Formats: sequence, C-alpha cells, structure tokens
Amino acid sequence: MTATTTRPSTAARTPILQAVDVTKVYGGTQALKGVSLDIAPGRVMVLFGENGAGKSTLMKILSAVESPTTGHIELDGETVQFGSARDAADRGISIIHQELSLCPNLSIQDNLFLGREQTRRGLVSRTVQREQAKAVLRRLDETLDPDSLVSELRLGQQQLVEIARALLQNARILIMDEPTSALSAPEVEVLFQVIRELTAEGVAVIYISHHLEEALDIADDVAVLRDGSMVATAVADDIDLAWVVRTMVGREQDSLFPAREPTLGTVALETIDLSVADPANPDRLAVDGISLQIRAGETVGIYGLMGSGRTELLECLAGRLPAASGEVHLYGEPLTGSVRQRIQAGVALVPEDRQRDGLVQTMSVGENLSLAALTNFVRRFIVSRAGERSAVESMITNVTVKASGANAPIGSLSGGNQQKVVIGKALMTDPRVLLLDEPSRGVDVAAKADVFEVMAQQAERGLAVLFTTSEAEEALHIPDRLLVLVRGRLVADLPPNEITRDRLMSLADGADTTEEGLQ
Amino acid sequence: MTNTLTTDNASVLQQRRQAAAEARRLKTLNSVFELRAFIALAVLIAVFSLLSDSFLTVDNVITMTKHVAINGVLALGMLLVILKGGIDLSVGSTVGLSGVVAGEALKGLHVSIFGVVAYPPVWAVVVLCLMVGAVIGTINGILITRLNVAPFIATLGMLYVARGAALLISGGTTYPNLGGDPSTHNTGFGWIGADRPLGLPVAIWMMIALAIIVAVLLRSTAFGRWLYATGGNERATELTGVPVKRVKMIVYVISGACAALSGVIIASELTSAAPQAGDSFELNAIAAVVIGGAALSGGRGNVRGTLVGAFVIGFLADGLVILGVSTFWQTFIKGAVIIIAVILDQSQQRFQRRGAAASAVAVATAQPDTELAETRPDHATTSPGASR
Repeated sequence: MTATTTRPSTAARTPILQAVDVTKVYGGTQALKGVSLDIAPGRVMVLFGENGAGKSTLMKILSAVESPTTGHIELDGETVQFGSARDAADRGISIIHQELSLCPNLSIQDNLFLGREQTRRGLVSRTVQREQAKAVLRRLDETLDPDSLVSELRLGQQQLVEIARALLQNARILIMDEPTSALSAPEVEVLFQVIRELTAEGVAVIYISHHLEEALDIADDVAVLRDGSMVATAVADDIDLAWVVRTMVGREQDSLFPAREPTLGTVALETIDLSVADPANPDRLAVDGISLQIRAGETVGIYGLMGSGRTELLECLAGRLPAASGEVHLYGEPLTGSVRQRIQAGVALVPEDRQRDGLVQTMSVGENLSLAALTNFVRRFIVSRAGERSAVESMITNVTVKASGANAPIGSLSGGNQQKVVIGKALMTDPRVLLLDEPSRGVDVAAKADVFEVMAQQAERGLAVLFTTSEAEEALHIPDRLLVLVRGRLVADLPPNEITRDRLMSLADGADTTEEGLQ
Repeated sequence: MTNTLTTDNASVLQQRRQAAAEARRLKTLNSVFELRAFIALAVLIAVFSLLSDSFLTVDNVITMTKHVAINGVLALGMLLVILKGGIDLSVGSTVGLSGVVAGEALKGLHVSIFGVVAYPPVWAVVVLCLMVGAVIGTINGILITRLNVAPFIATLGMLYVARGAALLISGGTTYPNLGGDPSTHNTGFGWIGADRPLGLPVAIWMMIALAIIVAVLLRSTAFGRWLYATGGNERATELTGVPVKRVKMIVYVISGACAALSGVIIASELTSAAPQAGDSFELNAIAAVVIGGAALSGGRGNVRGTLVGAFVIGFLADGLVILGVSTFWQTFIKGAVIIIAVILDQSQQRFQRRGAAASAVAVATAQPDTELAETRPDHATTSPGASR
C-alpha cells in the first residue's frame, strides 16, 4: 500500500448507491444472502471474494441486469426498481461485464453507440459518432480506427472498447467486473489513470478483480464477500493484502485442501509441442507449443488467467478442438479422434461452463449423471432402470451430491452440487485421465472442499488429474505440481515446495510485458 | 437493517411461511396447467356433445379418430424431431409422394431391361413407400447434420422437392382404383382403409402401435434419453460423448417414414392417390405436438401429450364441420387454439420457475439463525485495524 493521502472515509459521504439486505436465489442456489453495501461518490469500491462468493451476482443486481429475490436497491436514498439494464443506464449506472458483450460483426463505433445512436434528422450520423468514438479511445490511449470490426481486435482491445462504451455513457456509477483480465500492464496503467480522473469528477467506481494486488492499488474502500454474505468492509488504507486473503478465505488457508503423499505411476498423458488455434481468431495460437507429462496418481494444476489458453488446452485434449500441430499420447498410445472416442479411450473433461457445456437443464440429477455411460446399462435395447439407479445412487454418494434424490431436477441444486454432478458424470465413464477446467468456478466454499477431496480420491485411485485455476489460493495449495500458463505458453513447471504467491504473481504478470524473455 | 434476525425473528418466520405457501399455490397451479391439453379435449367434447346429438356416438367417434390417426402418425414422427430441437416441414409433401409411389407401384412397374411389367405384392408396395419416406428423411438428416443447413431451411427445401417429385412422377394426375387386379395378384391395398379388426379401423391400430413403439423408444432406450438430452443442451450432450449427429439423423429418418405411412393410410382409405395429398399437413402435426406441451426449443414433450394434441385438433375440426361452422371460421378457430395452447405453456413454465424460487427462499430462510447472524455483520463490526 502506497496511499499516504488522507481521503474522507465512507461514512463522511452520503452513499449514492446502496444495496439493502439483498438476497438472490437461482433455482436452488442462494447466491446472495442478505447483502448490504454502500457506494460513495468519487471513490473506488473494490469487491473481493473467491469464485462463487457472489460478486458477479451482486454487480448484476446493482446494474439491474438481474432483480433481487428479496431486498432492494437505493439510488440517492430512494428505493428504485429498474425495469431493465437500459433503465439503469439512463439513471447513470453502467457496467463492464466480465464476459464481453460486444457484437463481433459490427464496427467499433457501432458497438460503442449500440442502443444510443447519435442521430441527425432521424438518421444515424456516422461522422458525429466517429469523432466521439475517437475522443473516447484517445482517452484510453488507443489509436484504433472506429470503423474497424470488433472481430478483428485482440481480446485486450475488445475489453478496451467495452470500457470505452461505458465511459461514453457518462455514468455516475461505473461497475467494472474483471476489466483487466485481458489487458497488458501498460493498458492497466492507462485504465487506472482514467479511473482516477473519473473519481475526481465524482463518479463512483465499483471494481472486481482476481489480481488482488492490482485491485488494492486502485481501491479506496474494500468489501469482502464470502459464500454469498458480506463478511467485511473497510477503508483500503487500513488493510493489506494478507487481510484481504484471510478475510476472503475465512479459515486457516491449508485446512481446505487434503494433504497427501502422491504415489506416482507411469506417464498417463503426454503432450509434445502441442499447439491449438484460437477458435475465435484462427490466425492466433491459443496454445503455443506446450509439452507436458502427467503421471498416474498425480494431481497437476494449471494456473492461468483468462486468455492464457488453459481452456483451449483442455478442450483439445478432450477432442473438442483440433490440434494445430503436435502430439498427444495416452499411456504411450497416440490419442486422436472425437470427444466420444476419447471418452472411450479414458479421457473425460469437466468443462469450465457447466451451464452451457456440462448439464442438460431439462433433465434430472440421475439422468445427467448417467448420460455419458448410458450404454453400459442397456440390455437388449432397453435401459435397465435398476442397474442405472444403483450406479447413479452410488455415484451420488461417492461425489457427495446433496440433492433430494436422483429424480430431483438439476436446476434445484446449488452451483457446487451441480458441479459435483458434472464430475460424477465424467467419473461414470471410468476414465484414466480426468480433466477439470476451473472446477471451483461458481462453487461455494463447502462444496469446493468436497470437489477437491473428490479429485484427490480419484488421484489416489490411480487417475491422472489435470485441472486449471485462476485462483492463486487453489494453485498454491492443491496440486502435486503446478504449471503456469501465460498467453498459450508454459512459463513454469513448479514442484510444491517452489510454489509461492510472489512467484506466481510475477510469472503471471511479468510475462505480460516480457513475453519473449520467458520462453 | 442490521441484526434483523435477533430482533425480528417473527418477521423472518412469517416471510418463510409466506414463501412456502406461495410455493404450494404455484405447485397446484402447475399441476392443473400440466393437464391443460386433457382439459381442453374434455371441454371440446362436452361443448360439441351439448350442441350436437350426433357428435358423441360410437360411429362418429371412430370416424373422427380415423381422421386423427392420419395426423397422429405424422405428429409422433414430428414429436421426435421437435424433442431434438428441430422441425420437419417436409412431412406433408412426403405424404403426397408416398401415395404417388404406391399408385405407381400398384399400376405396375415397367422394368425396361426385361421389357416386362412387374406387379409387386401389396406388402412390398407399403415397404417401398416407407423406404421412400426414409430416404426423404435421410436427405433432411444429411443436409442438417453434415452440411449444417438449418432444419427449417433444409426441410422447407425438401417440402418443395418432394412435392415436385410427386407431381413429376404422377404427371399431375390422380391414380384411381388402387384396389389392384386379381389377375396380377396385387389386390388388398384397400384393406388398411376398409378393414376393422376388433371393431377399429386399421389406421387407428397403426396409430396405437406406433404410439407404443415411440413411447418405449423415448422412455426406455438409450436413444430416447440421448434425444431428450440433445434437445435440452446439444453442446453439453455432444461433450458428454453422445453421438448427437447420429441421433439427429435417425429422428429425421423416422419422421420421413411416419409421413410415408400416413400417405399410405390416406391412399388406402381413398383407394386413390393424388399428388396434392398432404398439403400443409406438416402444420397440423406441429400444432398437435405443441398443444401436447412439447417445447419447440427441444428437450420437453411426450407421446401422451402429442396424442391428446392430435385429438384436440382432429375433434375440433370435425366438430365444427358437424355444427356446420363455415370453413373460414374453422381455420380462424384452429389458429386461435394453437396460440392459446402456447400461451398456457409459457405461463406454466413461469409458474414452475417461480415455484422453485419460492421454495428455495423458504428453505433458505429456514436456516439456523446463528449462521445467518454470523455471516451478516454490520459495517462497523469488522475492525480492519484489529484484524491486521
């Protein structure tokens, strides 16, 4: 912490925006439990919390993308109910989403002015828009042509366009959900400069980031969410990184993770100089020449942020994305073919986005669990209900799914239990290699411990377990070995005793600026 | 608002009770809505019976059910396609093409190399028709799964292609007298339309048999489960290792074959085959599936609902005819019924979601007070200085 100036405390200022006792329920998941938060004008409120703590949900409620199940939002001391995100934007609240919400088929200026086009006599005036677009991009130190297509921009530039769009709306309250995940260090500098200018003008900024140090640099106030509850608020000057970590995790750090001595077998999975093209932008390599080995019984973590290529690497191993070059071997045999063939060979993937890629929402817990291995229960064309039920029920016990039964609709489960179902589904195919892409994403703390316990058990049984994470805490404490992935390249392969937070941060951040030096 | 729990235990309890009551109310509403197709059918029968003495007689019900069977067979095939999240607009034209193929085959096939005319037996004619339907379905399937044509467009194209083929083969004329000729040993085609084993027309038996087969397929086979999963979330299902493309292919083949069977039934009942037969039947089939509670987005629907939907459409049409309502009004009313059915379906979905949310709130507020109190500190309770 370098802040030396005395800033007025939160209490001294009337809050501009308040969340009052907000609860949010999705299906059977309680994402927020009676959360209250005051946002003061002219200050940066940084919200900390692990995956699944409820940060993004709270931001969505503050920006009216979602409405609270109970509780309410007050703007300027007045209870407000926004009809839509547009409504909220008109009242001066704008949000930069974690997932980019740009239309790739439109130009930068079309995206910037989408829904609020500048018109002259009823027609869109491109000259006016172009000038305004140039001005706002200049403020962000970018010289992009406003007429170029968003699909042609790299991820970081797209993120800047998203930020520029929020700036154009002249918001009084600006919410930024992971705005820097794809930005380089100089770009972050510029963004922070802009944020300082905005707060000087009296704009309130709410900021979320996985980069804890970076977020503390910009913070005036901090709030910490854990498991859907607001556990602490403080003025940034009074606290430090250790406090943030301690409050976020809320327990002795090592207690979550099962301590174990792995018994390593032969090499289960090996990649040789594997490259994967970026599916969104085929000219670019998302995974760039990665060689790695994982042994039977080993739990290997891949630490990487958004855009590091972690998802593409796992999807390529699972057969979802084709390899651009290089080889993959499973127990010495070349691993090729479709997702189905690879599952049969013994490679199962637990995908990152379980709603989109992991679960069938229209089906029950049991039907989701047995889906991958259904043919095992078929006798003369008919699925044996008894066989299926006993397998499903033993898997529910194995991966400790908390549900009212195998027939419960999948949507009635909490995020953590849904994740256990996806893992159980993968395990029912009896894999030899288990790949998990961000297994703790959107998972509450209790379920998170269960998920890692299951991973450890499977490793005990002799599976090779490879998982990715963007949470430093997980990277520090779970794996038998940690790989660090930055922009598609493997920059470190660390044994447990060499994994430290500082090392991790410098690897992940440093590589942004000196990419060439780390090959 | 801080520490509400220690001071306002009563209000929390009340909130919880309210949420539980709301959940119960929505659950009841939901079960009523689930039966909406049955209720609609019952209302239709009641109203028509009151207005006309001849409506609810055994003969009339059997005649109407025979009409229902034609659409019912189409709708059962359509159900599979819609469960997958697709649509098959080509079935009406396949009905026409199937009849024409039957007509051509019964007239005698000229085998040019031998210079003879072959008269295939009736069973072979029926198999040939079903195969033609399956081929149309295969083409749909290839267009959709291999060439990535959207189902709507692919089957719209095949709607024209199949109709064009029927017109080309027939030269635009109707095949009369499909009864066959004893001298060529191909009589009996009219059996499907005319005979009544155990008092019911063959067409109705065919619908019943098909319904049982489809119900078993959906409920008890891996294919059925894969189909529901594909319709519910195709991406996730494919990542799970399910052969999604094969599943999609098969449903179009079955739908084509069902359409061909429907064509055979019509040609047999009329003992003639017109190339225009089955015009716009695809829309009746889709309507039956939708009234039966299936989601056009896929993953939701069943045989029972689809059959009830087919009965609603069929009885409505025949009832209006019996009452002497003008055909213009018949068309209008049919459209209104379809729209109302879908509106009711949407409300049921909403009730279901709200019911789930209400019970989750009820459960959440039922948690022990200690836990909630601990996790909800005042802004002032956390002293950063002390925790350093």
